[in-house]
Amino acid sequence: MILVLVELENGTSAEVSLETLAFARSLSEAGGGIAIRAVLVGDVPDRDALAAELGRHGVSEVRHATGDAFDAYGGASWAAAVQAARADTSSVVVTAAGTPRGNEVLAHLAARLDVPMAANVVAFSGLSPFTVTRQVIGGAALEEMTLATRPALFTVAGHSWVAAPVDGPPAAWHEFSPEVAEADLVARVHSTGVKEADESGSLKSASVVVGAGRGAGGPGGFAAVDELAELLGGVVGVSRVVTSLGWRPHHEQVGQTGSRISPDLYIPCGISGAIQHWAGCASSKVILAINTDAEAPMMTRATYAVVGDMHEVVPAINEEIRSRRS
Amino acid sequence: MRVLVCVKRVPDVAGQVMLAADEQSVDARHVGYTVSNHENSAVELAIRVADATGGSVALVTVGPADSVEQLRSLLALGCHAATLVEADPVALGPADVAREIAAVVEDHAAKGSGYDLVLLGNDAADSGDFQVGIRLAYALGWPVVNGVSVVETADGRAITRGDGPEGEESFSVPLPAVVTVLEGGVEPRYPSLKGRMAAKKIEVETRTLAGDPHGADRVKLQVPPAQPSNVEVLGEGAVAAPAVVDLLESLKVLR
Repeated sequence: MILVLVELENGTSAEVSLETLAFARSLSEAGGGIAIRAVLVGDVPDRDALAAELGRHGVSEVRHATGDAFDAYGGASWAAAVQAARADTSSVVVTAAGTPRGNEVLAHLAARLDVPMAANVVAFSGLSPFTVTRQVIGGAALEEMTLATRPALFTVAGHSWVAAPVDGPPAAWHEFSPEVAEADLVARVHSTGVKEADESGSLKSASVVVGAGRGAGGPGGFAAVDELAELLGGVVGVSRVVTSLGWRPHHEQVGQTGSRISPDLYIPCGISGAIQHWAGCASSKVILAINTDAEAPMMTRATYAVVGDMHEVVPAINEEIRSRRS
Repeated sequence: MRVLVCVKRVPDVAGQVMLAADEQSVDARHVGYTVSNHENSAVELAIRVADATGGSVALVTVGPADSVEQLRSLLALGCHAATLVEADPVALGPADVAREIAAVVEDHAAKGSGYDLVLLGNDAADSGDFQVGIRLAYALGWPVVNGVSVVETADGRAITRGDGPEGEESFSVPLPAVVTVLEGGVEPRYPSLKGRMAAKKIEVETRTLAGDPHGADRVKLQVPPAQPSNVEVLGEGAVAAPAVVDLLESLKVLR
């Protein structure tokens, strides 16, 4: 069995989890049709819809961990649920998306089972020994690594695979309430701040996205980018550092730990184009990059480029658009 | 409050990576070494906790003898002690590193100078394993909170804040605890002259490996081939604006 930890986003499967299922299906086929099980933890708003969706992505059976232990997220308590599901399904592979939670839960599981775990895998190259390729140095290099022990634990780098639904019956649903030790309940989410309005849907479907990265310089450095997005009827997307510095909300993030976008036009401003970000924007049809560094990866990979400071170039573009309109 | 921060000497990579001939590590002769932004933030948070509680900050690293360079730089920020577990980092996997740090924590505790809080970066900038902090917590039997922006202590607990999938998340765990840090929550300080002078006088404790390493299960590293660039440069600076708007018009994205 291959066991996949599926994370939910707005009640349905997160896109990165469906991508992980695409990886799992490929692995299943290489192994002669190994069955794929999904494990879910906590509240599921619409079970039937999710069972149908996961069925289309190759899952034959869902193990859904429920109970008071899962009212709030905790790495150890979730790992306890995955551990129980793994034992029950005799899975030889356990995988999750390379999200903060995916990496965290699998690292807990690895520590509990005392087996290795590979983070941010993008491919597998052999089954005997099981050999994977994973991103290291922020994606600037790849590492080939063997995972000889069972279960083999790894996470799949966000947006390194494409989710591809096929015809399939809804997954069978098994609810279970695993025993969770007191020690595994100590570190759980204590409180959640005001829930950000999740507008990532508009980012994922936008035909024009204006991006901004560290080059914005601070939370006050987005005015021209916001205006350009408005002039083009588009939306703003940002790099990871911008959200981790708290300059913009998480739902605007493009990249492995954010949204994958595929607009007709993407205008990244002051974004160097590290693999973390590139993975989320690579399917843009046209990329117009604006950056002071002509050698930045985003600039060399773009369709068009302007070499310059976004704080000079973007206001000039806005001004030119306004003057042509009047 | 006694805080320990775990750091790692890593290649200061920006742009194209060069590999060593044996494809087991990065050739950093021309780029130099550093510690990650996550770890710089962890050191800053540790110093703030120590300052607020009248405590101290110790550093530990598992790596080559040259890691002393990184330890000295961080000591100059106001840390009080440092330990180097000398080892070839290529020969160690994340489980080995966690076990070695646990051995240091337990040994220091046995000598009467244990820690209340151990901080690490969320993931190493080079090997990106995302697991040393969690494995360390299991080895010590302590709770662990991962990927936080801010950590403070109050009433014998670590209180953390960080970005979660549904907004800001807070954890509150009893000490001693392990916490891993993501950059962004605090601005790391710069060393003072006084700090630099004080750091020179601190003796770095040097140790050897406590156990036999399992290794990293690494077959080899590779660098993805550079993509050919077909970029069309529209110009430099603000004067490129008309060419950009011509392009926007031809793409029919102007409303």
